[in-house]
Amino acid sequence: MAWEYIIQGFSEALGLITEPYIIEIALRSIKVSGIATVMAVAWSLPLSMLIGLKNFRGKWLVKTFINGLMGVPTVIWGLILYLLLVPRGPLGTLGLLYTEMGISFGQALLITPIIMSIVVNSLEAIENEIRELALTLGADEIRASFQVVIESVGGIILAIIAGFNRAIAELGIALMIGGNIYVKGGHYNTRVLTTAIQMYTVRAEISVAIALGIILMGIVLGVNLLSNLIRKWLT
Amino acid sequence: MKRMTFIFVVFLIMSVAIGCIGTPKVENTTTETPRVLTISTTTSLYDTGILEEVVAPAFKEKYTIELRFIPKGTGGAIMDAKNGASDAILVHALSREQAFMEEGYGVNRKVFAYNFFVIVGPKSDPAGIKGLGVTEALKKLVEYGRMHPNQLIWISRDDGSGTNTKEIALWKAAGFSFEELKNEKWFGTTGSGMGNTLLYTSERKAYTLSDIGTYLKYQKEGKIDLDVLVDKGEELINVYAIIIINPEKIGDKDFEGAMLLAEWLTSEEGQKAIAEYGKEEFGRSLFYPAVPVLEQKEGEVFKWLLKYGFMKDGGVYTECPTKFRYNAAYDFFEFPATMVEG
Repeated sequence: MAWEYIIQGFSEALGLITEPYIIEIALRSIKVSGIATVMAVAWSLPLSMLIGLKNFRGKWLVKTFINGLMGVPTVIWGLILYLLLVPRGPLGTLGLLYTEMGISFGQALLITPIIMSIVVNSLEAIENEIRELALTLGADEIRASFQVVIESVGGIILAIIAGFNRAIAELGIALMIGGNIYVKGGHYNTRVLTTAIQMYTVRAEISVAIALGIILMGIVLGVNLLSNLIRKWLT
Repeated sequence: MKRMTFIFVVFLIMSVAIGCIGTPKVENTTTETPRVLTISTTTSLYDTGILEEVVAPAFKEKYTIELRFIPKGTGGAIMDAKNGASDAILVHALSREQAFMEEGYGVNRKVFAYNFFVIVGPKSDPAGIKGLGVTEALKKLVEYGRMHPNQLIWISRDDGSGTNTKEIALWKAAGFSFEELKNEKWFGTTGSGMGNTLLYTSERKAYTLSDIGTYLKYQKEGKIDLDVLVDKGEELINVYAIIIINPEKIGDKDFEGAMLLAEWLTSEEGQKAIAEYGKEEFGRSLFYPAVPVLEQKEGEVFKWLLKYGFMKDGGVYTECPTKFRYNAAYDFFEFPATMVEG
């Protein structure tokens, strides 16, 4: 039967989901991508405000560039970062290759254009009406800008969630910069959900791969659900 | 109302962020960060699980040094090492190892294990190579492949690994050029590790060259359906060595720690661990310890180890020529050439 091994894999997977080893990998994934998201937000928000709230020459070009960056495949990020981060490379002194922080850094770069693009768009969508309203009501420029940011908070949250989802689901950077290291009880492990799924599929340990896949899908869908709830609540 | 929303959302983001960063590690009991060695390794060694399951835990217990293994083909392992990513490499491709050392990157090479490559294929063995010598078998495969150009007959890793290096040498010895064969229709490549390649070969009912360790593990676990068809011949010996990164060439590497690993792998304890690995699960060892054979200085395997795993340096076969030795605290095996050739 063609479906037999899939069904068997699933039923075995359900028993594996609560294994400490599986949970450890899932938690590491959340942690690594969470840090990536925090990093990306930290530099994306100010930059986005600069772009979204100010008018300057070449603004269109900057936005096009950011949008273009969204299309860079994750393996290309992985390759570029590998070349930069190897100890003898230009950024080698950071010691990021084959570390959790290295993956976070790479993922942060990956999701920066996504976050910026969504934030800039939502700032611009709100800017015109709110700013003018605020200005006519007697607010000064800074106060008006602040009001715009507050009003676009929904867009900012969506951007953060989209960024996190993209980060936790990517494989190229996690594999090439992280190296899928796992030693039992180790301090320097870098195995995350995506690299583990890839490895277990190669090793033909399908039920473990499925268990990890279910968790990954759970996280991604859960976060999406959250984002939809927030969106609904805001409107 | 809007203000409340804002506060709620900020609170939400903060709690998620804190939750992410503050996630406790599950199996970690020690609080201090241990010393770490980065070891680039061939996939054939890694895929069997011996490094994660046996070497790393034993080594950590003894020296409190954690080993992190980066599995790539021998080529990739060497590249990582040249780029300064690793403290030592575990490899099995003599010619590449020699080049690596000649370029000044590696020192203090120690041979620690061996096993054999095998040609595996479908039980039905359509090309009829079972029991043949390697050269004959390969010739027959080419003949059969050219007769069935629309069928995938041979799968090559083609990933610059040690196994791939061996395969290229075997094709050459049989009178074929790997680069030319690659363009023929019946000849497939995966560009990936041993495990992946075995799965694909099994799926396509084709033939491939495998190291015995990975093959046994996958066969035993029922992941592949392939038979060992050719396993005789000295040229199939597969010799694993560790090479330490030359601290003079690449700074910041843990030379001392890497030396400890080389020492441990060739110590009685390490050799025993290698010999034992897989016995319970597979009914036979996946790797054989090399040191006892070298100490006994006799037998076929001893000669093969020297011929295919040692470097010729003047009148001797040595695991590490004198010029590539650096502050070595241990001895190197070295035998007069007459013992092999005479």
